[in-house]
Amino acid sequence: MASPPEQLVQQFGRRTIAFLIELARVAALMRRVISEIGGLFRDRGLFLQECVTLGTESLPLVLLVGIFTGAVTGWQAHYQLEGYMPFDLIGPGVWKSLMLELGPALTGLVIAGRVSASIAAEIGTMKVTEQVDALESMAISSVRYLAVPRIAAMTVMMPILVIQSVTIGMGGAAFVLTAIMGMSGHQFWGLIPNFFHLYDIFAGLFKSVFFGLSASIIGCYIGFRTEGGAEGVGAATITAFVWSCITILVLDFVLAIILF
Amino acid sequence: MIEVRNLHKTFGEKHVLRGVNLAIQTGESITIIGQSGCGKSVLLKHLVGLLEPDAGEVVVDGERITGARRKNLYEIRKKFGVLFQGSALFDSMTVEENVSLALRTHTTMTAAQVSERVTECLRMVSMEGTQKLKPSELSGGMKKRVGLARAIAMQPAYILYDEPTTGLDPITADSINDLVIHLNHQLKVTTVVVTHDMVSAYKVSDRIVMLHGGEIIFSGTPQETQTTDMNIVRRFVTGEADEHPYVITRYK
Repeated sequence: MASPPEQLVQQFGRRTIAFLIELARVAALMRRVISEIGGLFRDRGLFLQECVTLGTESLPLVLLVGIFTGAVTGWQAHYQLEGYMPFDLIGPGVWKSLMLELGPALTGLVIAGRVSASIAAEIGTMKVTEQVDALESMAISSVRYLAVPRIAAMTVMMPILVIQSVTIGMGGAAFVLTAIMGMSGHQFWGLIPNFFHLYDIFAGLFKSVFFGLSASIIGCYIGFRTEGGAEGVGAATITAFVWSCITILVLDFVLAIILF
Repeated sequence: MIEVRNLHKTFGEKHVLRGVNLAIQTGESITIIGQSGCGKSVLLKHLVGLLEPDAGEVVVDGERITGARRKNLYEIRKKFGVLFQGSALFDSMTVEENVSLALRTHTTMTAAQVSERVTECLRMVSMEGTQKLKPSELSGGMKKRVGLARAIAMQPAYILYDEPTTGLDPITADSINDLVIHLNHQLKVTTVVVTHDMVSAYKVSDRIVMLHGGEIIFSGTPQETQTTDMNIVRRFVTGEADEHPYVITRYK
């Protein structure tokens, strides 16, 4: 009989091994997605349909998050800089915050909630009702048919959603600062060109590509391994949401180190 | 011909298949019977390569399914049509899209030819005119028929039926049995049915095999299931439990 500290170590070891096995399986799915990406042109109808379902239909939520994020960032920047720095720096500060961090990360988290969970629920339901087996029995690759269009669509749509989120976020910030806080338009927008670097846009969008990719692949992976009927689908939905959020937060940190 | 050789499959602690050996001849109509949870559906899924065995192999027309490369596996699967237990129709598609999916994916048929083939398949299962309906608008029996139309769309050499009559009323179940026999004769396909419905098994089978304890313990004609001296087979076909722990009193 192992002592309590030994049991703790054993449990930690078992969980670590289980986690690494899951990670290897996600990597194997990713490898299969890459090997089947060639079929995307043939399945362009499915791809476009997923762009609409996962991307365009996420737009209202993304815009809502964007406008409030921009408004809050502007308001708080005004409060924080008051008496320390000229207000002309608020515009560039909001722009950098939204483009480099808040836009990609918050959009990523919102999408993780909406899209990753919905992908897991859809594929999970198909798995437990044998629709995935039905596809495979017809010699149609379930990865090609279900995962590739969704992952490709999210990877493409995520940067587009981030651009829209940042754009409306800047609008939100400009509105509260000019209409409520009494700054002039020139004061808000004037210095932004001086602080505008293409690399910032590249970095923000680069992050968003990885966030879209990770949220969708986690949704697909968890969908494919769903078991046990409605309860299993419910659990898969929650798992997909939680793991997508965790992955996005970790990736955000790793990419920040790499990019800056 | 499908050959199953020494097939083993374990799920967690449960050793479901323990060395199954079975040869299914071309053109034959065979039914696999056995108690619920004995591994009939697991065996059926191995025949089409949907499950990978822990040991043993499945050979279809001389080609090994077990361990086959994905591309080869998909080529072999084109010889199969499968009717799943819950029909497994794609919810998001209409009946027409369900039946035509494999045709659109694997053939170079024009839209008109695909449509014609879909109509033909639906006519064979007496479901013509339902092309535009969604699966949610169909009854259980209708779903089975559409599932069958989808299974035969690619003109398979083998049709596998997983519990084709489960959950259906006796009359609808009988019409599905008639359909199984009709397709077996009309299309000259090899038919493999998994069921615990003995009415269905007797009606559609040339041969019945029984799976018990993870092994095939009996193989014979429908008549032989009734005359065999194997107690477990006789009890199964007559629907008799091995013990009666409850005293049942019927009031007249």
